Amino acid sequence: MSLPIGWYLTLAAVLFGIGAFGLLTRRSALIMFMCIELMLNAVNLTFVTFSRSFSDIGGQAAVFFVMVVAAAEVTVGLGIVVSVFRRRQSTSVDELSELKG
Amino acid sequence: MIASSFAIPDVVTFVVAAALVIFGAIGVITVKNPVHSAISLIGTLIGVAIAFIEQDAQFLAAVQVIVYAGAIVVLFLFVIMFLGVDRKEDVSIEPLVHQRSWAAATVALTVASVIALMAKSHWATGAHRVTGNPGSGNTNVAHIGRTIFTTYLYAFEITAGLLIIAVVGAVVLARRSNQIAEENA
Repeated sequence: MSLPIGWYLTLAAVLFGIGAFGLLTRRSALIMFMCIELMLNAVNLTFVTFSRSFSDIGGQAAVFFVMVVAAAEVTVGLGIVVSVFRRRQSTSVDELSELKG
Repeated sequence: MIASSFAIPDVVTFVVAAALVIFGAIGVITVKNPVHSAISLIGTLIGVAIAFIEQDAQFLAAVQVIVYAGAIVVLFLFVIMFLGVDRKEDVSIEPLVHQRSWAAATVALTVASVIALMAKSHWATGAHRVTGNPGSGNTNVAHIGRTIFTTYLYAFEITAGLLIIAVVGAVVLARRSNQIAEENA
């Protein structure tokens, strides 16, 4: 348990970057949701690392709530994907352009 | 040199967890088949769980495996199968010109600045141990339970309402309404 926090923080930053890159480049709504999960996990890892660094359980409690919100977000998000797919037969976000000015 | 300054098991564990996390994440964003993306996502989630255990967050590691790698990924797979979108997506076409290079440049800049900030700053500025030491092993579970049911009790109660709302919302969204059914008929 003696590794410096910088290792974990760097890993979390890289994971967040990969998730953000995927979110910006992939066009399938399902893959974009998975990328959001990657980014949430990177933030969770940062929370736990600082929780250890500051000897404060509050960081782990925050991760607990992030997990709850992530579960709710995925549930509603996939419900939206399912209802969009019913109308359009596609999950590509490029085809959802009605609001384009 | 690295192995001499830290305990070797810690380093090995970290390297394994980091490899799982990074390769899983790269798999999620590069493979064409959404099912394979979901499987790669499990790798990343397990890697993060290992990093949690390494940092004395045993309860969160268990929840990570059960809720994330269990429930959420299964939900993804279920929707992929349900919609029948497990065909390959063509990732060779860029929808916008130079989208990938701009995205890569922005993300690389952000990550590099975060890491630079991390290397330059001093962390231990705030007050330590506001809500107590995380503990390890059995005490970690007891500790996080005591914290959630005392300090964060209101937030915890609100998550119950949030989950109910999410479940009802998902049912309403996924239900085929009569109007749409008539339009399709």
